[in-house]
Amino acid sequence: MLSPAILIPAILNGLLTGAVYALVALGLTLIYGVLHIINFAHGALLSVALFAAFFAYQALGLDPYLAIILLAPGFFAFGYGLQRFVIGPASHGDDRNMLLITLAIAIILENALLYAFRADTRTIDVPYAFETIDFGFTFLAVPRVIGFGAVFIVALLLWLIMGWTDIGKAIRAVAKEKLGAELVGIDVAHVYAVTFGLGTACVAIAACLLIPTYYLNPHVGNAFVLIAFTIVVLGGMGSVPGALVGGLVIGVIESLSGLILGESLGQIGIFLLFIAVLLVRPSGLFGARA
Amino acid sequence: MDSSPLLDVQGLCAGYGETKVLRGVELSVSPGEIVAVLGSNGVGKSTLNRTISGVVRARAGSIRFDGAAVEREKPSTIVARGLIHVPEGRRIFPNLSVRENLDLGSYRRATERRAANRNRVFTIFPRLYERQLQGAGTLSGGEQQMLAIGRGLMAEPRLLILDEPSLGLSPLLVEELFALIARINADGVSVLLVEQNVVQSLDVAHRAYIMADGKFVMSGTAADIRADPALKRTYLGL
Repeated sequence: MLSPAILIPAILNGLLTGAVYALVALGLTLIYGVLHIINFAHGALLSVALFAAFFAYQALGLDPYLAIILLAPGFFAFGYGLQRFVIGPASHGDDRNMLLITLAIAIILENALLYAFRADTRTIDVPYAFETIDFGFTFLAVPRVIGFGAVFIVALLLWLIMGWTDIGKAIRAVAKEKLGAELVGIDVAHVYAVTFGLGTACVAIAACLLIPTYYLNPHVGNAFVLIAFTIVVLGGMGSVPGALVGGLVIGVIESLSGLILGESLGQIGIFLLFIAVLLVRPSGLFGARA
Repeated sequence: MDSSPLLDVQGLCAGYGETKVLRGVELSVSPGEIVAVLGSNGVGKSTLNRTISGVVRARAGSIRFDGAAVEREKPSTIVARGLIHVPEGRRIFPNLSVRENLDLGSYRRATERRAANRNRVFTIFPRLYERQLQGAGTLSGGEQQMLAIGRGLMAEPRLLILDEPSLGLSPLLVEELFALIARINADGVSVLLVEQNVVQSLDVAHRAYIMADGKFVMSGTAADIRADPALKRTYLGL
């Protein structure tokens, strides 16, 4: 059997990775929960955000963690505009159209990245990329610990927005009762756009947290979104706590199955779990019972 | 009440897709009035409300509220003007607490007086005060109706449209509801009451319109309509 000395660091590392997965999933589940569409552009937006963080570092010398201050509002605005002026008007109120338009946006964004930057894989070199913190019983990578903390803060902020501000309450109201929301004077198109903006901002923050230790190319976002989608199904479609818990669970499972099956097969565990969840509990851990 | 009307609807047509529902509706509500719109199921009463509140687009005709044309306005703008529609089926937010539902009632209007209005609603509906932290989806049907009306009152309506408020309530609650409508009206709110409950609506209303097949076939003072047995038999099935 595996000794605790190997198992515990593997679990901890899984939690740290899982936190960033959770953040990507959070954006996806938020948009699903309110707009009732799967945002196919989520992965492409993550790729764009990674390139933005890359050039913020290369061209402006901006540290990825500081770049959050710039990129989160920037991508919020980008997501808001996409939904308000492109996806919303082009879909004419039909959810299926919305779905197809997000797919179209994904294709356009990815190909624009390919055209501009080619398919090369790039990395940045931050001085702290390989630094670790000694916790006594194990060492953990500094960027991953920072990432975990940042996701915790983002989740807390999101919880405060959703629970304590009028726009947050309006988002939750629109998610479940659109007509009622319109009749109290909530502008549903605006709420949709804000939600899409928040989801896109989550992706931008995730990009900033990933880039110190990860690579980027125009397709890299898709790998994350596949995992994020698994998390959303595991946690329950549209459930924010589900995305957070699901993300951590998936991170640990990936880490453990990597330990047992070998690093390159780590993701098998995720998709086995995905199928198992669909078979046993299709509404997910936190999903509403049908 | 011969001052200029608060709500003035002329030649209103509306529908869904190929289906015409409203075929030339003429309606007015003066300040301080309770006006009842009566008619059996499926004659277009709810479509009329939805068109007035901007959720359904008018295809022809005009809607003037407080002198301004609103037939092309978004629902949020119409709410901001003080025309508040409490819809059929309550349409409360089941995933939000009772208190949050009320707070969103003042999302667009009277936001700065939210706390005072919330207390006023709690005085009218002590039941909502007791359950303010409870999820609105867990309320009983009667309580949900109270919440829907309370949420409407949070916006300090100038005109309150109540769509089938008595639907699904016990006879005792229906009695209370109509007393409440009179009380809201006494506080200066004009009310457009859309109901199938003919007898009680005519008791509380000043004037009434009878709707059949997408237009009004009769209108008059509540007293006149109550006294016309032929009319009641023909259009209201009494």
